[in-house]
Amino acid sequence: MDAIAQVQPAIEIRRASFRRNGRALVQSLSLSVSPGETLVLLGRSGSGKTTTLRLINRLLEPTAGEVRVNGTLTTEWDPIQLRRKIGYVIQDGGLFPHFTVERNIALVPEIEKWPRERRRARVLELLDLVGLPPDLRSRYPAQLSGGQRQRVGVARALAADPPILLLDEAFGALDPITRSEMQKEFRALQQRMKKAAIFVTHDLREALLLGDRIALMEEGRLIVDLPTSEFVGSQVPLVRAYREAFSEAEPRC
Amino acid sequence: MDFWHFMVANRQQVLDLTAEHIVLVGLSTLFAVMVGLPLGIVITRKPNLSKAVIGSANVIQTIPSLALFGFLLPAPWIGERAGRLAVLALALYALLPLIRNTYAGIRNVDPAIVEAGRAMGMTDRQLLWQVELPLASGVIVAGIRIATVVSVGLATIAAAIGAGGLGEFIFRGLAMVNNQVILAGAIPAALLALFADLALSALERRLGALSRRS
Repeated sequence: MDAIAQVQPAIEIRRASFRRNGRALVQSLSLSVSPGETLVLLGRSGSGKTTTLRLINRLLEPTAGEVRVNGTLTTEWDPIQLRRKIGYVIQDGGLFPHFTVERNIALVPEIEKWPRERRRARVLELLDLVGLPPDLRSRYPAQLSGGQRQRVGVARALAADPPILLLDEAFGALDPITRSEMQKEFRALQQRMKKAAIFVTHDLREALLLGDRIALMEEGRLIVDLPTSEFVGSQVPLVRAYREAFSEAEPRC
Repeated sequence: MDFWHFMVANRQQVLDLTAEHIVLVGLSTLFAVMVGLPLGIVITRKPNLSKAVIGSANVIQTIPSLALFGFLLPAPWIGERAGRLAVLALALYALLPLIRNTYAGIRNVDPAIVEAGRAMGMTDRQLLWQVELPLASGVIVAGIRIATVVSVGLATIAAAIGAGGLGEFIFRGLAMVNNQVILAGAIPAALLALFADLALSALERRLGALSRRS
């Protein structure tokens, strides 16, 4: 990578909007994420978080404004090539039920036609990375626990070592203990991997734990985009509402 | 016991007509799969066509079978060969379950799984062959099973236009007012239908287990 690419943000969204059936799901959104940075997109259901992710991997195209990945407009990327450079993790893993763990993890390497030996070695490496025993590779997703499925989902997203990682409520389906484990492991992993990551969640605590920056969305608009340390003290009404909602819940736990 | 005597005495003819019957059903189901499966896939990609395609297949289904065989009789080229005509008519009847089940099977694949595949950079073709068709295969085989079982019954009518098959015994028995001869056609036909149903049900269960493997 040359010097110019080093400073270039991996993801850059400029005044992007997405409308469907006359309804704006994302409105004039601007964000950027650099390599090594984790941005948390925080917001309630329907605030446009998932739509934003889908604009980045070109499952959707912006109806106005622009979305760039590695400096190139997503509409100029070949969508297939673009998506193979972006790891994508969804709730409960989104694994293929008819593939073994090994085939699930090796999905992108397989469609990228890596030789069998290299795929196999990569699967073992990834199982180790996400903390799963190697003998799990011949199991099917239904034979795994929720936490194990989620780990396989993360391993699958990392398989071809994509520079960008998108996580959509990735740990949302997990019980609190597994969830907290996964959050810590993800943070440790991200410190080593240095991906440009966007993590979508509606959980403030998760956002504070994982994000270098937190972008709060509401009704398709960006409300604030702040470093995590500043987010905690922000006096923006919606940010305060979020903090209050979570601190009210605290004593009951 | 008269029935068994008839069967034993005419075993060669029973076997020949059963073989003809199997060929009629096999060929027509094969053609129906070759047309119905791609059509079913196409209408999952172009949903605005789905009503028209499924509707047309539905209309064909409502034509009384004897009438359909009769309608096709004057058609050039096919009309000269009763066998071809019967295969065409049976294939037309088999279309509806095939199109409908292929369409429903693919549509019922969990959209989150398909979306995950798309987001990982799978092409449409890879999604279809590696994800959608395998996960829909149980439902598609159920369509083939229904089409086959219905065809085994319908194919007996093909004898009315001289296409052969076990219907020959049935029509002959009716003309002769001889129950033994009717049964010599009806019982093997029923056994064929039963066998096809059992074999394809077993396959269906194995494939259906793909999508909820445990």
